[in-house]
Amino acid sequence: MDKYISVPFDQAVSDSLKAGDYVYLSGTVYTARDAAHKRMYEALQKGAELPLDMKDNVIYYMGPSPARTGRAIGSAGPTTASRMDKYAPALLDLGLRGMIGKGRRTREVKEAIVRNHAVYFGAVGGAGALLSRSIVSSEVIAYDDLGTEAIRRLEIRNFPVIVVVDAAGNDLYETAAAEYCRE
Amino acid sequence: MRIFDVAEITRNIKEMCIEANYSLTEDMVSVIREAAKNEESPLGRRILNQLDENMKIAGEDQVPICQDTGMAVIFMDIGQEVHWEGGFLEDAIQEGVRQGYQEGFLRKSVVGDPFGRVNTGDNTPAVIHYQIVPGDSVRITVAPKGFGSENMSRIFMLKPADGVEGVKNAVISAVKDAGPNACPPVVVGVGIGGTFEKCALLAKRALTRPVDQRSGIASIRELEQELLEKINRTGIGPGGLGGTTTALAVNIETYPTHIAGLPVAVNMCCHVNRHAVRVL
Ligand code: SF4
Repeated sequence: MDKYISVPFDQAVSDSLKAGDYVYLSGTVYTARDAAHKRMYEALQKGAELPLDMKDNVIYYMGPSPARTGRAIGSAGPTTASRMDKYAPALLDLGLRGMIGKGRRTREVKEAIVRNHAVYFGAVGGAGALLSRSIVSSEVIAYDDLGTEAIRRLEIRNFPVIVVVDAAGNDLYETAAAEYCRE
Repeated sequence: MRIFDVAEITRNIKEMCIEANYSLTEDMVSVIREAAKNEESPLGRRILNQLDENMKIAGEDQVPICQDTGMAVIFMDIGQEVHWEGGFLEDAIQEGVRQGYQEGFLRKSVVGDPFGRVNTGDNTPAVIHYQIVPGDSVRITVAPKGFGSENMSRIFMLKPADGVEGVKNAVISAVKDAGPNACPPVVVGVGIGGTFEKCALLAKRALTRPVDQRSGIASIRELEQELLEKINRTGIGPGGLGGTTTALAVNIETYPTHIAGLPVAVNMCCHVNRHAVRVL
């Protein structure tokens, strides 16, 4: 079923999403990938402040290619989420509502998703040109020195994603592949 | 003897880095379109159609097909009659990569030291494989490699007794482990034989063979077909979200090996299986 929701969103919205839902997101999300997660994690361990408030926000695991003049962004598809698995539970426990990426998550991450009524969305890997058309603006808000890995605030409009792990802990990667398995 | 100025290599490599990242080869485009027609899962068809659309948008908007514009892998097949002038060949190749990634608005994804992890800022160095071949021409293949799929690649040092069944199990297990992470539908490059490093190189090279071109060896051709069918029965599907298109092709290259060994390398590549080829 296709749904249209705005980001950030609260628990009532995340609880209503089911694995397999096709969702168009509009609003504000933040990018962070390997190096930014490592830095945020280290900041947390030191008790320092994070560059963004996690509460109800959505993080997009993505490092874009450079934007041409006059464009909001370059190619902008998801990166593999599992590399952020080490850091994700801590951010979810701080109120992070959603993550957009591609690929499987660990049991620890799925437990943190359930515990915090969050959601993991999959975007289509390798469709960075198509996805760039749903990004209206992009601004680096932290860790500028990390280049493509800096934290960016993105304004998105009808950004297409699929609910992979819902707040009840259902995992579409497991159920959907089983449905078509003919071994 | 044929004399080449290395500046010509720089220019070609630059153009090829850009070309490979903005458009896939014809064989890749048609195999994706074909898959979109045959996929059984409605969500799978939707995703495959988006991949087709994505390739069109890359051309229209001048945006790379994928934001991971890869680490540049370059095969230089150099005729032994060729002589180089104007500088050191390797420097000229790296300069071409530097210029291509800068001028082509491609992402710089290379870190200088595996532990320090500071971005080199220009996507160099590239990984270069040289081979001396007969003749006086130079064949260049530029294959930018994304790491979502590279990270899911595997080497298996099988025993001769494992035989062809062992090879099949190795390939299938690599594809299953990769699952959604390698951005399926994938192209699977398989190297069989040689030594530890030779089979990896065969697997990498196999990815540059057109997906509509089967092996010249009859038994290997059958193995490619059988593995493709088996992989497409795993159910992983486009984007890993279920379906009958998990792989677009299995390309196998073989080489003689030692009496005691059966090395198998599986180099996973996403549907953004990029390469540009030029013969100078
Ligand atoms: S695995 Fe391929 S399609 Fe997926 S993000 Fe990397 S380069 Fe792009």
